[in-house]
Amino acid sequence: MSTWLSILIAFPVMAGVAWVFRFAGRSATSNKPFFRDMPFGVAFGYVVAAVAILLAFKIYFVDQVLFFRWAMQGLIIFTVSAFLFRLLGRLVGTAGSRKLFRSMPLTAAFGVMIVLAYAILAIFAPVFAPYGEEQVFAAANTLPGSDPATGGDPAHLLGTDQIGRDLMSRLIYGARNTVGIAFATTCLAFFIGGSLGFLAATIGGWLDQVLSRAVDVLMAIPALIFALLLMTIASAWSVKLGIPLTIFMILIIAIIDSTRVYRLARAVGVNIVVMDYIEAAKLRGEGLTYLIFREILPNATAPLLAEFGLRFCFVFLTIASLSFLGVGIQPPLADWGTMVRDLAQFINFAQFSPLTAALPILAAGAIALLTVAVNFIVDWMLQKSSGLKE
Amino acid sequence: MGSVTRIILQRLALGLLTLFIVSIVIFIAVNLLPGDFAEAILGQGATPEAVASIREGLGLDKPPITRYFDWLGGAIQGDLGSSFAQANFASFTGSDAASGTTVAEQIAPRFKNTLFLAGVTAAIAVPVSIFLGVLAALYRNSIFDRATNILTLSSISSPDFFLAYVLILFLSVLNPLLPSLSNIYDGMDFSERLVKSLLPALTLTLAVTAQMMRMTRAAIINLLASPYIEMARLKGISPMRVIVTHALPNALAPIITVIALNLAYLITGVVVVEVVFVYPGIGQLFVDSVKIRDIPVVQACCLIFAAAYILLNLSADVLSILSNPRLRHPK
Repeated sequence: MSTWLSILIAFPVMAGVAWVFRFAGRSATSNKPFFRDMPFGVAFGYVVAAVAILLAFKIYFVDQVLFFRWAMQGLIIFTVSAFLFRLLGRLVGTAGSRKLFRSMPLTAAFGVMIVLAYAILAIFAPVFAPYGEEQVFAAANTLPGSDPATGGDPAHLLGTDQIGRDLMSRLIYGARNTVGIAFATTCLAFFIGGSLGFLAATIGGWLDQVLSRAVDVLMAIPALIFALLLMTIASAWSVKLGIPLTIFMILIIAIIDSTRVYRLARAVGVNIVVMDYIEAAKLRGEGLTYLIFREILPNATAPLLAEFGLRFCFVFLTIASLSFLGVGIQPPLADWGTMVRDLAQFINFAQFSPLTAALPILAAGAIALLTVAVNFIVDWMLQKSSGLKE
Repeated sequence: MGSVTRIILQRLALGLLTLFIVSIVIFIAVNLLPGDFAEAILGQGATPEAVASIREGLGLDKPPITRYFDWLGGAIQGDLGSSFAQANFASFTGSDAASGTTVAEQIAPRFKNTLFLAGVTAAIAVPVSIFLGVLAALYRNSIFDRATNILTLSSISSPDFFLAYVLILFLSVLNPLLPSLSNIYDGMDFSERLVKSLLPALTLTLAVTAQMMRMTRAAIINLLASPYIEMARLKGISPMRVIVTHALPNALAPIITVIALNLAYLITGVVVVEVVFVYPGIGQLFVDSVKIRDIPVVQACCLIFAAAYILLNLSADVLSILSNPRLRHPK
């Protein structure tokens, strides 16, 4: 409990230091505006930030907490590589892409870089992975670190799981399976939701009413809960019909998420349908397909694209959560959510074997990294399209 | 005031109607199971006699509409049937299925635990996010604003279990400050219960704070361009007071809405977090029942989650009407 007590004491002390800092600044600079107009809160903020940075240095260099060091090194490596990536984008490429990179904040560059890296990893997984995802080795349960003295195996950098599959390979194939399935699901959800939404907007009337009320009802059930309910039923069917559960999962999540896409597509579509050019196209006698694909869709790409990013994150997280709970992507497919669940117990060995404990964090972090990256891109796109508000 | 009551009553009626339709959807979904409950209970060892006896015992020989209203009527009175696992166990031990634990008895204590967890989370997350949101609006476009923006965006987009395991790693394994397993039981005193559920509550806080904080910031910044804020600035009052006493009250409607929506999100988030921390709440029961296909429990949990979700969305709606005079007097 002494840790909590010292945190409690630290705050008044920092407040005192902040007051002294501001007072000293005023005296030393003979009331320069920077110190003169500084509210106490800002001074306190500077002190808190300074303490946080000092604490980070202490944990890094004095305590040498391995996980903290890894996190910090990761952060620095990612920041530097994102910076270099943006620099590269500014120098190489067409005029358009160079301009895009010039207006890009570092977070968005980081997002683009990570998404590209994941795409390459997913597409060329067999090239990067040392072994196949379902290949079983005799050496089961070897620890990461490839040092035989600590229970490792030089042939398996991250060790093997309980039945002897190479974890490194499974982690890399996980990019292909988890991301690929999430991407396919999102595309399906957009196809269903988008086309129904535009149809409802163009035709209107009873079709619009029926679809919208149905979507209202489906949206009244929390997504993950509804997915779990339907997965229960699907698991019974998949046993009976012999169709893999993963196919059912793709369909279920696509339908649940298409309701959200429908909402947006309809809302955007309704605004476009009242435009004069739609009226003109209708008077020309254009058919429904032409109206939807050639008139409405091109004018709705920007909001739909941003929604695609966000939706992908939601789908990805839902699938990862389902797999983590044990009802999502089924073995033998390698998948990050399932890996986190299987490896989770190792986290308790952090004091003795940090590398082993890092395994579940690594798999979960692989999920987090991609969603954070996509969110950074979407955030930047939304800010760009909303213009410069204050 | 009459019109407000009417609007609120309308919303309540709409909410009830939604709940009714949702219960139909859940019932239909459950009835899509191949075979029926009786076969599902008995599994491999289903003999025709046993199937027929259970079918009669559960009333499965009745038509679906009668069964639906029986289930709904029971659910309203708090009788959610008896769980398969219990019924199966009872059929093995030879005792009467009805004397086994009912779903309601299984759910009630866990529901209390989940409410406790949600309550602790809300008590931490709401003040923190409003405080951070106000600060971010006050020092907008500063390093502080950008740092909180990046941090909250990262925490909202990480999966719940990632946040949970990182917190376990740092706060429980490397520095034994908080327990990583929330073994909560009846008769525990409040402080001990609080300590045990603090880590799951912190995880959920990280997951919901981001949106509430960003919404608070955006709602306040939207108002800062209005003339009355300009006036307040010209009067010479401090930026902090401009925001807290002038901007915040008018930004309350969107903030309340987003708080209620995030509390509704907690219901979904709670499932994964309860599994990670082995917290004996309704979410964990739900996942366990999904795995063993214990349909009555799944059905009941689903109904409870949906009801809570609808209720919170409804209260968001009602509160935003109450806090906005323009909605109170619609043209």
